[in-house]
Amino acid sequence: MKDLALRALDALARRGVSYADVRAIESREREITTKNGKAGHVSSSDSIGIGMRVVAAGCWGFAATDDLTGAGIDRCAALALAIARASAAAKKEDVALAPEQSYRAVWSSPCRIDPFSIPVDRQLGALLAVDAELRHNPATSLAEASMHFERRRQVFASTLGSLIDQTRVMSGAGFSALCYKDGEIQRRSFPNSFGGQYQLKGYELVEELDLLAHAPRIAEEAAALHAAEQCPEGEFDLILDSSQLGLQIHESIGHPIELDRVLGSEANYAGMSFLTLDQLNRLRYGSEIVNVVCDARLEHGPGLGTFAFDDEGVPAQSIDIIRGGLFTGYMTSRETAAAIGETRSNGCMRADGWARLPLIRMTDVSLLPGEQSLEEVFSGDGIYMETNRSWSIDDKRYNFQFGCEIGWEIKNGRRVRMLKNPSYSGISTEFWNACSAIAGREHWTLWGVPNCGKGQPEQVMGTGHGASPARFHNIKIGSAYGG
Amino acid sequence: MADSCPPWCADAFEQSLAAARTRGVQDVEVILAAGSSALTRFANNAIHQNVSETARHLSVRVIVEGRTARASTNRLDPDGIREVVEQAIGITRLTEPDPDLPPLAEPAPYPSVQRHFEATARATPEERALAVAEAIRAVEGAGQTAAGIYSTGESAFALLNSRGVAAWHSETMARFSITAMAPDSSGWAKASACYHGDLDPLALAVSAAQKANASRHPRELPAGRYTVILEPAAVLDLAGQMFGDFSATAIRDGRSFLNDRIGQKIFGDNIRIHDDATHPLQAGAPFDGEGVPRRPLTLVESGAPRDIAYCRHAAALAGVEPTGHGFPLPNEYGEAPANIVIAGGESSLAEMIASTGHGVLVTRLWYIREVDPYEKIFTGMTRDGTFLVEDGRVTAGLRNFRFNQGLMEMLSNVELLGTPVRASGEEAFDMVVPAMKIGNFNFTEVTRF
Repeated sequence: MKDLALRALDALARRGVSYADVRAIESREREITTKNGKAGHVSSSDSIGIGMRVVAAGCWGFAATDDLTGAGIDRCAALALAIARASAAAKKEDVALAPEQSYRAVWSSPCRIDPFSIPVDRQLGALLAVDAELRHNPATSLAEASMHFERRRQVFASTLGSLIDQTRVMSGAGFSALCYKDGEIQRRSFPNSFGGQYQLKGYELVEELDLLAHAPRIAEEAAALHAAEQCPEGEFDLILDSSQLGLQIHESIGHPIELDRVLGSEANYAGMSFLTLDQLNRLRYGSEIVNVVCDARLEHGPGLGTFAFDDEGVPAQSIDIIRGGLFTGYMTSRETAAAIGETRSNGCMRADGWARLPLIRMTDVSLLPGEQSLEEVFSGDGIYMETNRSWSIDDKRYNFQFGCEIGWEIKNGRRVRMLKNPSYSGISTEFWNACSAIAGREHWTLWGVPNCGKGQPEQVMGTGHGASPARFHNIKIGSAYGG
Repeated sequence: MADSCPPWCADAFEQSLAAARTRGVQDVEVILAAGSSALTRFANNAIHQNVSETARHLSVRVIVEGRTARASTNRLDPDGIREVVEQAIGITRLTEPDPDLPPLAEPAPYPSVQRHFEATARATPEERALAVAEAIRAVEGAGQTAAGIYSTGESAFALLNSRGVAAWHSETMARFSITAMAPDSSGWAKASACYHGDLDPLALAVSAAQKANASRHPRELPAGRYTVILEPAAVLDLAGQMFGDFSATAIRDGRSFLNDRIGQKIFGDNIRIHDDATHPLQAGAPFDGEGVPRRPLTLVESGAPRDIAYCRHAAALAGVEPTGHGFPLPNEYGEAPANIVIAGGESSLAEMIASTGHGVLVTRLWYIREVDPYEKIFTGMTRDGTFLVEDGRVTAGLRNFRFNQGLMEMLSNVELLGTPVRASGEEAFDMVVPAMKIGNFNFTEVTRF
């Protein structure tokens, strides 16, 4: 892999580029799903290839190939260069990059149990046991469970002299019970919807989740939702569980702070951002108890956005995004940092594989734990919502609407009745300014979002979001079913 | 382009088959995919990302004593092929037998489609860059800022098995989309075609710039129920959300909104929807992920769901013929229609506007997600060209709305239909759809721009 990367870098450098970097990537994935007592999908996938990025004639060019012969690499290098030169047909100014040092490093994410060392039949057996427990409840129409594992080794080399060899192991697992009855579909998932929990861990993650123990409750809740009352429409205090809050952070903080969005690079697809440059260090993004960081370092936790170096060879960093409610930082790349006069990138560039160009992507964007107890978060009256069901936000990230799988009415700090089809909506800054309580570290979980889409061609990236349950004052609830 | 599998596909299949038989496995299915694509991306009136990728992919599935699993690789050298076959056999032997597992598909004739254009496959970075530069000039000339993409590429897909199936399809695809931005407004246009000469980037740029200009100084209209005119891309992105439910497996699972609704009139009389892989404006292979020929379906006739898609497993359970809409096995989702054609009417967009006393014209929808799976309610936003229509004329740009709209209600309130066109959006795959004038559309909130 190192030889491959260095050979490709040489093929670019000798063609006279002003900057080049290459990423040689070898990955293995395993996916196992079950459905109603049977294996749904059992698959394994290996991939190896190389992506080459150059600056020539003041423009970027990028080409990728899985033809790793000498001739294949030469063709790819020539194409990357030709693409860069063609870009000059529509150029306003030369690409400028914030300075960065040269690094030589080898890094692997912590992994106690290699998921690929566990036989497929054992993993399948674990999922089928969960499936059987879900279907033990006669109301369950559809039981689904899944595991997903990935090991990715990437060697990055650049004309700055960097040579960085990183290996990351990611695991994910979860299950859901769907109940169709009387013209209504209800679903419950554990530990999160859309595949469960994902972290930068080995098979130990699956063991920690203890899926089987939670299956009876989840099946029972899916069935019970049919008899629950519809979530009311109006303004109420809202309490969110940490997984839903993780997605709220992702959509209403994580995406708006991407500096490439702010500067217009994503305008045609993902959109732009309400966080225009004049808002930095001025905007009251949240209430005083809201503190958010973007932290790719291992010290923050085993998130899907945890690494040692980003895909431009910039070391992992922790950035204050919101401090005491004040908006204090963007996620940057070497190019966007230079564009706003920063002296250095804060290391957020990632690509979803060897075939794609690095973009600014969320690392682990987390709401730091608060100082309230869980009892204080739930005190008084309100509506508690758990586990995402739907999510949508406008292309500048102002107006959002989320639906959750299950809700409860809270009276005097206690759950008094289950509510079905709960939803809430609002404007990002108004919502975060309404944050009135955040539970402490002991309730904080670093959630993985494995399916964040961005870019053209679209790239799918894993991001991390830590949160504790939190309370928000006077939030608009129930409009998804309004009108 | 070859009408049958090229030699590299046949070689990879023969090597896979030999490797499997050496290990005592007779039933082998191989999927081979290959492609190269290039995309020129621009923003702030300049090309800022310009990329190309070339890749091949081999996926092997075996059947051993009623068990099956799949292994994939992009290493197509002899060692890579041998290893992926070993991997497929190894994990297959560790899975549970499935008494309902269908045998490998049998050979069948496929409909003929011609969707590969050499000129599009060979389009150069310079060609794309020059077209982009011209589009940028048009938007810049209007005092606006352009962002967008121009992509060209070719792809090939082959499915071969040890029972003699040798399905092969290749096609080219080009896409151009552009957003024109003014200080407080924007406009968007997009098109796709198998032959890039069918695209007109300059015309799309001019259209986007006109929309941005016409929606300057947007007014805010309160949320509520309005008559809307959805342009084809908006129809595609919203109506396109429901077709995964026209699936026998989804209905059996209880996850389809068509449970207990097949044959019932759930849309208006004027709604007719087909799935037709050979439609001249469609793209894609004439066979499915199991190697079964795609058959045309009448999904909705006079407002009532009629046909649904069946993979081989679902067809066997129902005692019907498979329809050619199955996903590669093993999978848990079964099948779905893939070549949607919504029948249109006689009305032009201008006529729809002229016939509207008070309503909203929508260019594009965004971030559409399902709110309720059985009532088929979706939420999302308008974007890049939302207009007020008063007394038969577009009179102003509007701030963007959030909608929460049930699709059964929406397709029961269609007042006028336009001519179907190949539409391309961002929330659903490309389809052939008309513009629609729809009554009583449910906007629930207004955003800040």
